[in-house]
Amino acid sequence: MYAQMVKSTGEGVKSPEDMTAEERAFQERIDAGEKIEPKDWMPAGYRKTLIRQIGQHAHSEIVGQLPEGNWITRAPTLERKAILLAKVQDEAGHGLYLYCAAETLGVSRDELTEDLLSGKMKYSSIFNYPTLTWADMGAVGWLVDGAAIMNQVPLQRTSFGPYARAMVRICKEESFHQRQGYDIMMKMANGTPAQKRMAQDALNRFWYPSLMMFGPSDQDSVHSAQSMAWKIKMNTNDELRQKFVDQTVPQAEYLGLTVPDETLAWNDDKGGYDFAEPDWSEFFDVIKGNGPCNVERLAARNKAWDDGKWVRDGLLAHAEKRAAAKVAAE
Amino acid sequence: MAADPFFEFLCRMGDNTLVLGHRVSEWCGTAPVLEEDIALANTALDLIGQTQMWLGLAGEVEGKGRSADDLAMLRDAWDFRNVLLTEQPNGDFGQTMMRQFLFDAWHVAMLDALTRSTDPRVAEIAAKAVKEASYHVERSGDTVIGLGDGTDESHRRMQAALDLLWPYVGELFVPDSVDDAMAEAGIAPDLTDLRAAYDDHLAKVMATATLTIPDSAFAHKGGKSGFRHSEHLGHMLTEMQWLQRAYPGATW
Amino acid sequence: MSSPNSAYPDIPETPPTKPRRHEWPLWEIFIRGQHGMSHRHVGSLHAPDADMAIKNARDVYTRRNEGVSIWAVEARHIAATSPGDKGPFYEPSESKVYRHPTFFDIPDDVGAM
Repeated sequence: MYAQMVKSTGEGVKSPEDMTAEERAFQERIDAGEKIEPKDWMPAGYRKTLIRQIGQHAHSEIVGQLPEGNWITRAPTLERKAILLAKVQDEAGHGLYLYCAAETLGVSRDELTEDLLSGKMKYSSIFNYPTLTWADMGAVGWLVDGAAIMNQVPLQRTSFGPYARAMVRICKEESFHQRQGYDIMMKMANGTPAQKRMAQDALNRFWYPSLMMFGPSDQDSVHSAQSMAWKIKMNTNDELRQKFVDQTVPQAEYLGLTVPDETLAWNDDKGGYDFAEPDWSEFFDVIKGNGPCNVERLAARNKAWDDGKWVRDGLLAHAEKRAAAKVAAE
Repeated sequence: MAADPFFEFLCRMGDNTLVLGHRVSEWCGTAPVLEEDIALANTALDLIGQTQMWLGLAGEVEGKGRSADDLAMLRDAWDFRNVLLTEQPNGDFGQTMMRQFLFDAWHVAMLDALTRSTDPRVAEIAAKAVKEASYHVERSGDTVIGLGDGTDESHRRMQAALDLLWPYVGELFVPDSVDDAMAEAGIAPDLTDLRAAYDDHLAKVMATATLTIPDSAFAHKGGKSGFRHSEHLGHMLTEMQWLQRAYPGATW
Repeated sequence: MSSPNSAYPDIPETPPTKPRRHEWPLWEIFIRGQHGMSHRHVGSLHAPDADMAIKNARDVYTRRNEGVSIWAVEARHIAATSPGDKGPFYEPSESKVYRHPTFFDIPDDVGAM
């Protein structure tokens, strides 16, 4: 998912007796399934956690344009080029919706952007992996969007109104993303031996990073417990990961591809697959900035932002001149 | 044997949108602001869609079973028929928007005339494309104005872009034997008829943008005839056609 | 220049650690989806002025043919109720159930109404 290891207050969930009257009323509203709107009273920790989470989610959409953007100019057909471009464009749109949701909490988009560019705020670990063949466009759509959807669908019911509404719009638009990825995989898996090899190679490289998207187990995390009490996190990381594996393994089988996990086996008792955990030390390396593409991704975003400054300033200066001229004429 | 001028003409229309659409798509994820990223992608998507229609018809007219993708991905640079303007590199955002506006202003006039083509297939494609191009020219024109009349820096950059790209405008309007044959058949307009309105349009936008149109009628040529493209096109095709060339016969 | 908080005036400003940048203002976008329907709030975006806000809205919010008419309002110009108004503003209408069609029992024999 696009928000990983989001820190909350770190103090654990308060018992109703320890809450102030305002906090208790707030928690009761959430428990009753009411939506919290920007102008409503909310605990400072709720606001801060949401800014972190929505911001990270938005940053992931924005940085997430880069690995797929890497293949737009090399798409094999006009139709594939158009589909991929439309998909990456959607991601820019989703980032935009999410930044707007965060802005209702009293932070500006440019402030969030600067925190991303300075490395202060994070984005999903998955986008620090390279896209090396056309099959990676399939794998990203199928696995990465598939993992993201696991998280985004329940977030449509999150307690903060603007976030929930952004997620509704995003989920509606995302419905074609995973399908286009799987469609690419089907073509590759049923194609020439070279295409089949590309497809298997893409699955090999993206399987574990996709599992990492859900973050390490958080069953003992005080941050997650608070976020779940506030309904800004709807499921535990392990729940979502299990659901993802259960959904994805048969899809891989249909493609005739092998999931790179020798321990993978159906477990009748739990009604799901047993599977190997990803290498969490690799995950923490990526989070710390040592993923294969961290440096390139941040450099690309910084360059776009720096190169664009004169454009943003120029268009604003023109708008201000026109507004001044209009006032003078009145 | 001289090539069929109708096929040539359709390749010109389709290659213009293909090459320019590709250039615009190079911006993906790196525009100055999110809203521009999304807008640029829309422009690129429109142009790619138009390419599919023009090159699809070109393949049909040629009658050798070549699809739009075959034409896009398997011809070499000398068989491309786009004007030189469209293959110029993106440069900074200002250069991209200036190139876009100089092309859009011609494109919308051309497509409008093509809606009255004697060939119903051409008229049909033009009717759909002209709606898209009308929006493109409005947006690129506004951006040229905003940046031309923005800060000192944005003004300077936009003037530099106009100076750089101006010599590539003429090729859009200078007819050759293909254009003459199309005009005679009533399939396409006489290109020289489009120039006066274009100049008016440009003069208005550039005046509002406080930009000066270079006092030169010099025009590079060689793109739409395919005789001499710029060095840039070959690099673009190397990237665009790579998968199809490296894995011939594969289905994607 | 607008403060990003202006649409939500009762939100405490975060302490001004650094001066506010010169940002494009925030606009609220309303789109009428089909002829005859009202404009509906679809989201927000940034733009230097109203013209560009409309154009950006066209590019951002009508990518799937969602709209036939667009309104853009700069966020700081929107007047809004504050949460404290909730009771006096909305509760009186809760007692006027007769405003809702289901209040009335109409015999089935009457047909559709």
